[in-house]
Amino acid sequence: MDKNGFFGNWGGAYIPEVLHQTFQELTAEYTRCRNDPDFWQEYLHLMSTYSCRPTPLTYAENLSAHFGGAKIYIKREDLNHTGAHKANNVMGQGLLVKRMGKKRVIAETGAGQHGMATATMAAKFGLECTIYMGEEDVLRQRPNVFWMEKMGATVVPVKDGSRTLKDAINEAFRDWVTNVDDTHYVFGTACGPAPFPEMVAWFQSIIGIEAADQILNYHGKMPKKIYACVGGGSNAMGIFKRFLEEPDVELIGVEAGGHGAESGAHAIRLSNPDAMPGVAQGYKTMFLQNSDGQMKPTHSVAAGLDYVGVSPILSDLWEKKQVRFESATDDEVMESLDITMKLEGIIPALESAHAFAGAFREAGQLANEDAIIINQSGRGDKDIFTIAHAFDDPSWKQFIIDRGKEYLQQ
Amino acid sequence: MILEQQLRKQLDTKDILLITHIVLGYPSFDVNREVIQQMVTNGVDCIEMQIPFSEPMADGPVILKANQDSLAAGTTVEECFVFAEEMTQRYDIPFLFMTYYNIIFAYGEEAFFKRSAKNRIKGLIIPDLPPEMAESFLEFAKTYQISPILIYTPTSTDQRMKELAGYGNGFIYCAARRGVTGKKSELGQDFDSYLARCRSATDLPLAVGFGIQNKEDIDVLKGKADMAVIGSRTITLVDTEGTEMVGSFIAGLR
Repeated sequence: MDKNGFFGNWGGAYIPEVLHQTFQELTAEYTRCRNDPDFWQEYLHLMSTYSCRPTPLTYAENLSAHFGGAKIYIKREDLNHTGAHKANNVMGQGLLVKRMGKKRVIAETGAGQHGMATATMAAKFGLECTIYMGEEDVLRQRPNVFWMEKMGATVVPVKDGSRTLKDAINEAFRDWVTNVDDTHYVFGTACGPAPFPEMVAWFQSIIGIEAADQILNYHGKMPKKIYACVGGGSNAMGIFKRFLEEPDVELIGVEAGGHGAESGAHAIRLSNPDAMPGVAQGYKTMFLQNSDGQMKPTHSVAAGLDYVGVSPILSDLWEKKQVRFESATDDEVMESLDITMKLEGIIPALESAHAFAGAFREAGQLANEDAIIINQSGRGDKDIFTIAHAFDDPSWKQFIIDRGKEYLQQ
Repeated sequence: MILEQQLRKQLDTKDILLITHIVLGYPSFDVNREVIQQMVTNGVDCIEMQIPFSEPMADGPVILKANQDSLAAGTTVEECFVFAEEMTQRYDIPFLFMTYYNIIFAYGEEAFFKRSAKNRIKGLIIPDLPPEMAESFLEFAKTYQISPILIYTPTSTDQRMKELAGYGNGFIYCAARRGVTGKKSELGQDFDSYLARCRSATDLPLAVGFGIQNKEDIDVLKGKADMAVIGSRTITLVDTEGTEMVGSFIAGLR
C-alpha cells in the first residue's frame, strides 16, 4: 500500500471530510499495532483460546479419489468460532477498538457471518453493537439475525437500493459519519477506504500462514493450486497472502456466476468483461456499473458474494496476473455442495462452495502427487433455509409448513 | 475566481445569501424547472444541482430517496448536462453541480470539466473526494475555471481547515454538524465556536448547510456566515405541499 492507500491503480481513501480525523487516528493505531510484535502475539493468543485456531487442514480422501487427480485438502475456516473466517478480522479489529477506547461498533453484513462475528466480539468486549443488513439478506439469512439479536446487537434491515451488501455498507457509513466520536466501523472485508483493505487482509493472513505450515507437514511440499471464493475478497486474501511468496503456487479466485456470465444476473467483477474501474464506497476498484457510473444489480445464491465491488488488492493482483479469476454458477455450486456433503460429511457455506466448484473442475487434470487447497471460508448450516429451498427438499418443506401452522394456532 | 467574485458582489447588497439544492430528475425535470423558476424569482442566490448517484453515501433519507427515484425514472448524466445548460442560459445566478466522484470518473475527469465549463457551471461539490485523492481533479478545476467547493465539518482540526482552504475555491461549505443531510442541526454555542474556527481558517466566503430549515435558522447565521444552504427542506416541501409552495417558502426566509 502506498501513502495514499493505493495498491497499483486500485484502492485509495475516498472518504467524506467528516471522517478525515478518524481515519488519521485509525491509520496511526493500525500502524502501531503492525509494528508491535506483542500485538500479533496477543491476537494469536485470543484466536487460539476464544476460537479454534489453528483451524485444521483436512485431507479430503474421498473427493480426491472421486476426481482422480490431485490430493484435495480443505482449510477448515468453518471450524473457526462463529463458523467462518470472518472472526479473524473481527477479533483483530476488536483489539484495535479496545486500544482506541471506542465504546460502540457497527458493521455491515451480507451473509450474516460478519454481523455474527461482530456481535460476538461486541458481547465479549462489552461494546454496544449495531449491524446493518440488506432487507433481502435478512430474509435469506434469518438464523444469523436471530443469533445476532440474542447476543445483544441491534440488527437494522436496510431497505434502500438493491437491499443487499452494498446498501448495508452505505447505511453503516451514514451511521459512522453521525456517531464518529465514539463508534468504530468494523469493516467486514478487504474493501472500503484505506487502511481497511490492508488491515483486513493482514488479520486474515493467519489462514495462509497456518495452511503453509500444515501442507508442508502433511504433503511435504507446497500445493500446486489454491482456490478461494471471492465476494469482497477477505477469505481469498487471507489464504493467498502467504502463498504470494511462492512463485510455483497458482492462486485462483472464484467469483459468483449466478445464473451465468451471459445472463447479467451475477457478481463477476474480474473474470468477465462486465465490470469497469470505478470509485464507490470509499475506494477504487472494478465495479459492476453502467456507462454513467451507476451501480448495477448483482445476483448470487450466496448472499456473501452478492456484491458490486471487489478488494482493490485483488484488482491489483488480477491486473498483475498474480491471481487467476474464474466463476461458478448457482447450479454448479449446488452440485459441488451436494457431492462434498455426501463424500466427506462436510457442509461448506454457499459462498465457500464456489471455491469447491472451481477446484472440482480442475482437480482431475493434475497428477496424484500434486496437492491443491480449497479454502472453506465458512460452514453451510447457516444456509439451511436457502439450501433446503434450492434442493426443493420435500421433508424440510413439510416441516416448515407444520411449524408455521403451529405458530398460527398460538 | 469567477464564483467567489460573483458571490461577493451579491453580498454587497444582502446580509446573507441563500443556496438551495435540487436533485436532478426528481421527481422530474419538469418539476425541477418549475422549482428553480420559483427559487430564482424569490431571491435564491445560487443553486446546487445534484446529479443522482446509486450510492449517495453522504446523504440522508430524503435526498437518498430522491436519488433512487430519479434513477429509477431513467435519469442519465447526459440529461443532467442538457438541463443544466438550459438553466444557466435562462438565469444569471451561479449554478453548481453536486454529485459523487464516480459520476465524474465514469464520464472522464477532463471531459466532465470541459462539458461543465461549456454549460457555465461555476462550481463542483463532491463529498467523497478529499483533496488527497483529487490531484488531477484540482488541476482541471484550475484549467477550466470551475471552483472546487471543499467541506469543513465540526471534526476538522484547525490545521486541517487551513489545509483545505489552500485547495478550495469559490466558498467553503461548512457542515453544521456530523452526519448526513436532512436532520435538524443545533446552532448553539458549540456551533458558534466551530464557525469562528472556520472563519479564522479561510478568507473564502462560508456557506453553512446540513439541517438549515427555516427563517429562525437563517437569522442565527446572519453575521456569522455568508451563505445558508437549504437542502432537504425544499425537497420535502415539494413532496408534501407541491411545487407552488416553494416561492413563498423562499420569500419568507429572509
